[in-house]
Amino acid sequence: MKTFYWLVKREFWENRGGFLWAPVITGGVFLLLNLMGIVTGEVMGGRHGFNFAFGGADNNMRLLQKLDTQSAEAVGAGLDMMMCSPAMIISIVMGFVVFFYCLGALYDDRRDRSLLFWKSLPISDTATVLSKVAAATVLAPLITVIVGALVGVLMMLMYAIALSFHSVSVWRLLLLAHPLQVIANLVGSIPLYLLWALPTVGWLMLCSAWARNKPFLWAVVLPVAVGIALGWFNLLGTVNVQNSWYWRNVAGRILLSVFPGGWYTQTPHIGGHGPAEVLSSLGLLNAYGALASPTLWIGVATAAAMLAAATWLRRWRDDS
Amino acid sequence: MNAVVTARGLGKRYKNTVALDDVNFQIQPGRIVGLIGPNGAGKTTALKAILGLTAFHGQLDVLGFDPRTQRDKLMEQVCFIADVAVLPRWIRVREAVDFVANVHPRFDRAKCERFLARTKLTPAQKVKQMSKGMIVQLHLALVMAIDARLLVLDEPTLGLDILYRKQFYQSLLEDYFDEHKTIIVTTHQVEEIEHILTDLIFIRDGRIVLDTDMDAIGERFAEVMVGADRAAAARALGPLDERQVFGKSIFLYDGADRAVLEGLGELRRPSVSDLFVATMKGTYA
Repeated sequence: MKTFYWLVKREFWENRGGFLWAPVITGGVFLLLNLMGIVTGEVMGGRHGFNFAFGGADNNMRLLQKLDTQSAEAVGAGLDMMMCSPAMIISIVMGFVVFFYCLGALYDDRRDRSLLFWKSLPISDTATVLSKVAAATVLAPLITVIVGALVGVLMMLMYAIALSFHSVSVWRLLLLAHPLQVIANLVGSIPLYLLWALPTVGWLMLCSAWARNKPFLWAVVLPVAVGIALGWFNLLGTVNVQNSWYWRNVAGRILLSVFPGGWYTQTPHIGGHGPAEVLSSLGLLNAYGALASPTLWIGVATAAAMLAAATWLRRWRDDS
Repeated sequence: MNAVVTARGLGKRYKNTVALDDVNFQIQPGRIVGLIGPNGAGKTTALKAILGLTAFHGQLDVLGFDPRTQRDKLMEQVCFIADVAVLPRWIRVREAVDFVANVHPRFDRAKCERFLARTKLTPAQKVKQMSKGMIVQLHLALVMAIDARLLVLDEPTLGLDILYRKQFYQSLLEDYFDEHKTIIVTTHQVEEIEHILTDLIFIRDGRIVLDTDMDAIGERFAEVMVGADRAAAARALGPLDERQVFGKSIFLYDGADRAVLEGLGELRRPSVSDLFVATMKGTYA
């Protein structure tokens, strides 16, 4: 267990740029853009004599008191979504980071021959591969969620402070939001991310362990070429394979599942009337409905096979 | 005491070349063995087999383990430096020490830090900021702090200047080697390790052509410097090799009668590099 912890830590050291700085910088840029938006609003407002106040400063004070229960709920859900938004944007960046991390995970150290140093230590190849899987599917999303939540909170505070200059009592407004619930939702979806992302992680790591050079080409060109070939055969009418089925259930799953949220394609429904319903359809309870779909579990089983193959290659590939 | 390495019928074949051709050898504990051969002779393949880094056929026993199936256990007892440039470029000195200290059960952190204190390395320094010589200092500090029974060195000093090379072997002898440890080393800089070796294995085209200890070399091989007048007589004794120096000929003999040789001229023990050149003649022809 201690060895495993240090193996994951090693992955973090090596990929600090992608795992830590990419989310932090994305979050920082996000905050900066929001700040610029607020400043623009203030300056333009000031120049044209427009006030944020809805019908005068006096009315602002009473605005919140006038909200009925239903609207209060909608405002709260809206705020929750707003708080989620940085995490969502950062998680797209994380998808790219994880994709390229997996592609290099079992390849880079073969290329620069540092593999020979790692292999001089009493660490099993299984532990090595699993530590890389853990770094991609647990560590990366965890950092994303933490940074995303922090940025979300900071953004809300920023708006709260800006609005309070216009005598809107935003603190009361903010009390309508559920930051803890938002964070719990984000953290709670990490295990689902792990399961959903596994086929992509497995495929990329298999290519990474197998390719003698250019793992990216193998990983991407192979499934795309198969898809195009299938499409062509379909066109000729020689085989009857649903082309869209292949793209969605094979190519898409082994290339794009590192981007979070894909599991919503396997849940009963998303959306609804008003922010509150939309938000709850995106909530954990509904998201984990994806566990009932065979697609997810077939993906996990395939990933296990691909990772076993990658481990075997890691053990016996002899080219450094 | 049991042998550290026992190979029986060890073979390895790549697509169209034979890297190792049913080789047999034994390495005893407490020895420093030089595995010497021209480029492509199979040295690295033999070391990789011992370290469980490559598949092979035949039998190989390293410290009682089969490197193919028990590699994880084996690596607790075996260390290796593959060559100078294999430490990951992103790692810092501090991180490397932390990592090895926490994953290797036989690593002695205090010892490692003592070795590092003798160098100019600083804890925050990254490998990519180091010279080759400094990288090998770090690697050696890590490896020497591990209480392993077998240390395998594959061209450990390639590309280092002479100061680092001398220091490397000196540290190994003074701070690391003892009767419980065994070192296998391959190198092309034969002259520099000649005096520290206890055993010598010459390998050529996947076969072992000489396997002996250093004391036996002095008994078995002899070099005689012969004037031109007696060169024909010397040639008649069937020397391994002949070369000319300042108008005289130097003949190298394997197992010739010493009394006869002494009659020809001045007798001396051949250097390993001369022996190597004589044995490997025609390798690249």
